[in-house]
Formats: sequence, structure tokens, C-alpha cells
Amino acid sequence: MKGLGELERSIMDILWAHNAPLTAREVGRLIADRDLAPTTVMTVLDRLTRKGFLNRTRDGRAWRYKPGESRDAYVAELMLEALDMTGDRSAALTRFAQTVSGSEAEILRKALTELEEE
Amino acid sequence: MAAVLAALAMACAVGAWRLTSARWPWRAPRAAILLWQSLGVTWGLASVGALLAYALEPYGGGVVYGLRAFVQSAISFGMGYGLLQPYDLPRVGALASGLTLLALLIVVLLVAGFQTLRARRRHRVLLSLIAHDDPGVPGVRVVDHPGAAAYCLPGLRSEVVVSAGTLTLLDRDELTAVLAHEAAHVRERHDLVLLPFTALKWALPWLSVVRNAHSSVALLVEMAADDRARRYCSPRRLATALLRFGTAGAVPAPNGAIGAAGEHVMARVNRLIKPGAVLPRRFRYSLITFSVLLSASAPLLWIYPG
Repeated sequence: MKGLGELERSIMDILWAHNAPLTAREVGRLIADRDLAPTTVMTVLDRLTRKGFLNRTRDGRAWRYKPGESRDAYVAELMLEALDMTGDRSAALTRFAQTVSGSEAEILRKALTELEEE
Repeated sequence: MAAVLAALAMACAVGAWRLTSARWPWRAPRAAILLWQSLGVTWGLASVGALLAYALEPYGGGVVYGLRAFVQSAISFGMGYGLLQPYDLPRVGALASGLTLLALLIVVLLVAGFQTLRARRRHRVLLSLIAHDDPGVPGVRVVDHPGAAAYCLPGLRSEVVVSAGTLTLLDRDELTAVLAHEAAHVRERHDLVLLPFTALKWALPWLSVVRNAHSSVALLVEMAADDRARRYCSPRRLATALLRFGTAGAVPAPNGAIGAAGEHVMARVNRLIKPGAVLPRRFRYSLITFSVLLSASAPLLWIYPG
């Protein structure tokens, strides 16, 4: 049995891979781990919904789930934070270095060429 | 006593201002970080102390004694026995502003700490949903993005994260150097060093000395991590990795967000390839001693019965 984090991840991957919203039963059928109890899938779907990563809509007696944002949007959010472009609400990460622009980048490029030629 | 504390606060502000333009801290980043921290703490305590010392002068016996006496006096007033000490308006004003400043400093630190924790928690959850492990870089989380990014998400279980773009941008040795640098951040909890300075910058963004202090400490933290990393990797590879990062240009810079970045990168590169003399041990130790004495000075003045 996989950890809960691992399960959340595979469920997100399944939902991202599908364009249409899926029910818990459909997600359970697509998941690689066949021994998984249907209630576990439902618990994880519910958790992800509460955390805001999934949206759900009623479909008869079942819920249909779809990702709140595309995978790319979340990647972009991570990268914005990684590059310190989010402004106030910052996670205060310690970064290796920042990218610079224009004439500054030119100076760095020159220094790099010199270092590589030596 | 109020005058002494005010002078101390002034001295810290002037010291911080001088320190932002000094170059010698680069030759002993760790000692300089300690000096910065003691300047910050002393500035805060001395500013608040000066206001309170003036306000509580009629009680005699110093700030801490005066505060206790004031509370007793206030209780007595509240119970209808009248003030134990007569009070004049300027002193009431000083007391109010001193306590407000103290509360403000504490609240700003708490709010900044809380917001940072919340942003980190979200970042961590996103990473767990999106980042994957790469057999080529064990123990490091990889995010599929062509941009160049390498960072440490601090916390009880800190995580080092790199983008897929970083893996293609750098060669093997450069990547090792970058990871050694990030490991140093994790090990020394540099995020905690930076947090109070970030909080101050967030609270007083218009005060240039605060902005410069933040940028100076941020640079010193990077230099400290460079110094530790160079024990485990080639400093030259670390320097080329820095330059490659700086020029990667994968993400357009937002307006005005990056100014000192290029300068900072060059300063670090120069340190790595032409290491100047480290400050002599004697100087570093006196710097550390001075920082410790400075940090102790404000609390001592608070309790000094003068």
C-alpha cells in the first residue's frame, strides 16, 4: 500500500491526464494499485478537494472530480516562487542565484566566456 | 538613561548604514551576519528603551523597574486610589509610542513568520503533487520546467529543489557545486537568519536602510553558503554555475524586481575565483565579541537602575 502523499499524487496525475471530470469509481479503475479500497480513493479525493486542488460537481448520486488548475499552472506557481517573483506572500526560499537581464547579463556572459577559455 | 539608549539606537542605525556599503564583510560573511543580527536586535531594543526610559524617568530605577512601578500605579488608579506618581503629557506620549513600537516590531515578526510558514506549506504540498525524483540526482526534487532554478525549501524537513532546465543547463560538476551550496543553506538554516530582515523590509519598505540591510544580509548568506560549498566542490565550477544561472534568461525579469542581482552574482564569482584574504582570525574574533557585547548592551541598559 502506498503512502497517502503518493496516492494523492497518482490521483492528481490521472485527473490531469483526463480532460473530462471523473467519478471516484472511474479513478479507482484507472489507478495502478488494484487492491485499493474504494473508500480510500474517496477519502483522498475528498482531501484534495478540501485542499483546493480539485473541484467537484454532482452527477446523479456520485461526485465528479476535476483538477482546480492545470498541472502547468501549478508548475508555474512553483517557479514564480522559486524565482522570487511573487512579491509579498513569499515562502522565503534560499535560492542559488537569480537570473539577470539586459546589460547585466552581458557582463556575466563575458565573464563566463573568459572563465571557460582559461 | 533615555539619552544613552537613544544614542545607542542612533549608533546602530549609523552602523547599519555604514555596513551596507562596506566590502570587508565579504571576507568574513559569518561574522558579519552575526554583527548584522546584533545591530538589528540592539536597534529595536534601544529605540523602544529610549522612549520608555524617558517616559518612566519619574519612577527612577530604570526601564524594567519603571514599567513595574507604572503598572502598579495604573492598578491603584483603576481601583480609585489615584495615581502614585503624577504624570505629564510628553511622558505619556513617549510611553504610548514606546509600547506601540515594541508591539509593532513583535507583531510584524509574527505576521511575517506566519505568512512565510503558510506559503511554505502550500509550496510543499504543490511539490509533493508535482515534483519527481530523478535517479541522476538522489535526494533532490525535480520540477519539470525549462527555466533555471535551484533552491531550498526550508523547514524541519528541508527540501532541495531544482528545475529540469537546471539539469540541462549545468554539467555534472557544476550541478554538484550547486547542490553543495543548497545543502549549506539547509544545514545552517539561513532562512531563519533572513526572516527578521525580510519582515522589517516588508513592514518598512520605504526605508532605504532597511532595504539595503536586507539585500546585504541576503548576499552575505549566499557567500557563507558559497564558502561552505567550496570545501566539497570546485570553486571554479561553482562560479561558472553562477554565471550560467545569471545568464540563463529563461524567465523575463519583472519590472524593477532585479537591480542588484547582477552585481551580487559578480561579487560572488570574483570571490570564488580570486579568493581575497579571509579576515585574520583576530579580527573575526573581535567582531564576534563585539556583536555579543552589543546584543547584551540594550537588555542591560533596560535593567540598569539609573
